[in-house]
Amino acid sequence: MGRPLVNRSPMPGLGLSMGITLTMLSLVVLLPIGALLLKGANYGLVGIWETVNRERVWAALFLSFRLSLIAALFNLVFGVLLAWVLVRYRFPGRRLLDAAVDLPFALPTAVAGISLTALYAPNGAFGALAAEIGWKIAYTQWGILIALVFVGLPFVARTVQPVIEEIDREVEEASATLGASRLHTLRHVVLPMLAPAALTGFALALARAVGEYGSVIFIAGNIPLVTEIAPLLIVIQLEEFNYDAAAAIGIAMLLISFAMLLVINLIQVWSRRRIGNV
Amino acid sequence: MSDATFRPATDETPLARRALIALAVTGLSVLVLAPLVAVFVEALRDGIGAALQSLSHKDAWAAIKLTVTIAAISVPLNAAFGIAAAWFITKFDFRGKAFLITLIDLPFSVSPVVAGLCIVLTFGANSAIGAWLVDQGYPIVFAMPGIVLATMFVTFPFVARELIPVMIEQGRAEEEAALTLGAGGWRVFWTVTLPNIRWALLYGVLLCNARAMGEFGAVAVVSGKIRGQTATIPTTIEMLYQEYLSVAAFTLAAVLALLALVTLLLKTLLELRHADQLAATHRH
Repeated sequence: MGRPLVNRSPMPGLGLSMGITLTMLSLVVLLPIGALLLKGANYGLVGIWETVNRERVWAALFLSFRLSLIAALFNLVFGVLLAWVLVRYRFPGRRLLDAAVDLPFALPTAVAGISLTALYAPNGAFGALAAEIGWKIAYTQWGILIALVFVGLPFVARTVQPVIEEIDREVEEASATLGASRLHTLRHVVLPMLAPAALTGFALALARAVGEYGSVIFIAGNIPLVTEIAPLLIVIQLEEFNYDAAAAIGIAMLLISFAMLLVINLIQVWSRRRIGNV
Repeated sequence: MSDATFRPATDETPLARRALIALAVTGLSVLVLAPLVAVFVEALRDGIGAALQSLSHKDAWAAIKLTVTIAAISVPLNAAFGIAAAWFITKFDFRGKAFLITLIDLPFSVSPVVAGLCIVLTFGANSAIGAWLVDQGYPIVFAMPGIVLATMFVTFPFVARELIPVMIEQGRAEEEAALTLGAGGWRVFWTVTLPNIRWALLYGVLLCNARAMGEFGAVAVVSGKIRGQTATIPTTIEMLYQEYLSVAAFTLAAVLALLALVTLLLKTLLELRHADQLAATHRH
């Protein structure tokens, strides 16, 4: 035998803390997820495939993942910009702006959903403006995109902010003394240092957007094949007590999410290796 | 060149700086602040009297009571879990620690709807456990225990996540010293550990509570949204909104928005006053 399972320690409370941790983790998280996987296993791969392989399900899955990707990409760019402005610049209202970044985390999704709908509906403040140029936002895929941008907004900014704070200014000075323009320094010195953290934030925003339900269903219009997201499809199946189909779509979503997170993790490992450990 | 125009080589030009600040302020105003303002504007559309009157409706009142009750049960349970998990993970060395942390973080990467689905599949009337519990007279799904479980699932990592980095940073030396001086386990916890982690604990509880009171997707799936019985504030907002009772829906939404604002205010205060006792990523 190699290392013991738990090293001996003078600390008290091993049994109690381990007991509470493992019991609650099992009851609240592992047992329910296990039930989903078990349901999927009973249903079988063929059954899952037959449920998922319908036009309406493919359309919903494709819509969810495509719009989540676009929203996360927008948040990647805007989040890095926000983090930079908040850390490097001093201006009146900076603290307020900094606190406002967390609002999408704190504001419940149903609240965000109805207020975004009120804003972007054809008779809303922003919706009316858009309607003048013939642009419909609420009840179209644009509306879904705006809701997904809203819920994913804090992730990149919050993961990149501490990294910008840690950057050694001397590195930028060195780049400048060597004759690099400011833009060149930002692109080739600063940005690579931010990349791993930005990618982490991107992955979190993406995962959040793919599973998002509350803020989307109000603004989406929920038209099958056009603006129906994958989580809504699960809710519809559940309301019809169609547990097998709901489980099949749920498992399909989990599998695609894990595959995407795996790819992002690989890119991250690769970018860390390329620019060294920062 | 005069001193007034001197600019360090590591600064952007004033023009670029102003443009970036303007972009950040405009973007955040349109994307985040406008929806917040819209909640209150819509709630007060027919005046404050109409808004307050819609709150005194019995369904709205039942929803508020249920949401507070759910939070009062699930948040302390998750706080207890967070403390136990952080203690177990930071005070002992064991195999599979990284894996355990991944499992605790799992609920963050699972869609709330899928979380609700999992609970329905485990405890619903057509599962083995669920059927047995219904026979005993303890239905879980479409009843309060299911809502508590769904809420606990989606907020599961919050407290543990705040405590683990703080307790790793603080190490075990102070507890070991107290033990050598003859203090018992509980005494060490109450007099040494808890004072060290209290602000981080409060921070985690704050975020956990905000999410618990606002959770929609998972609760919508498991609660059955029975008016006056299992409808929480967020699911009641949905029902009112779909019945075109806009003022009532937005007034309840404004209640949750106020809760969000108070949460952000307290969180910012904690970050300003007790930054050194929070996880390193919250210090700025």
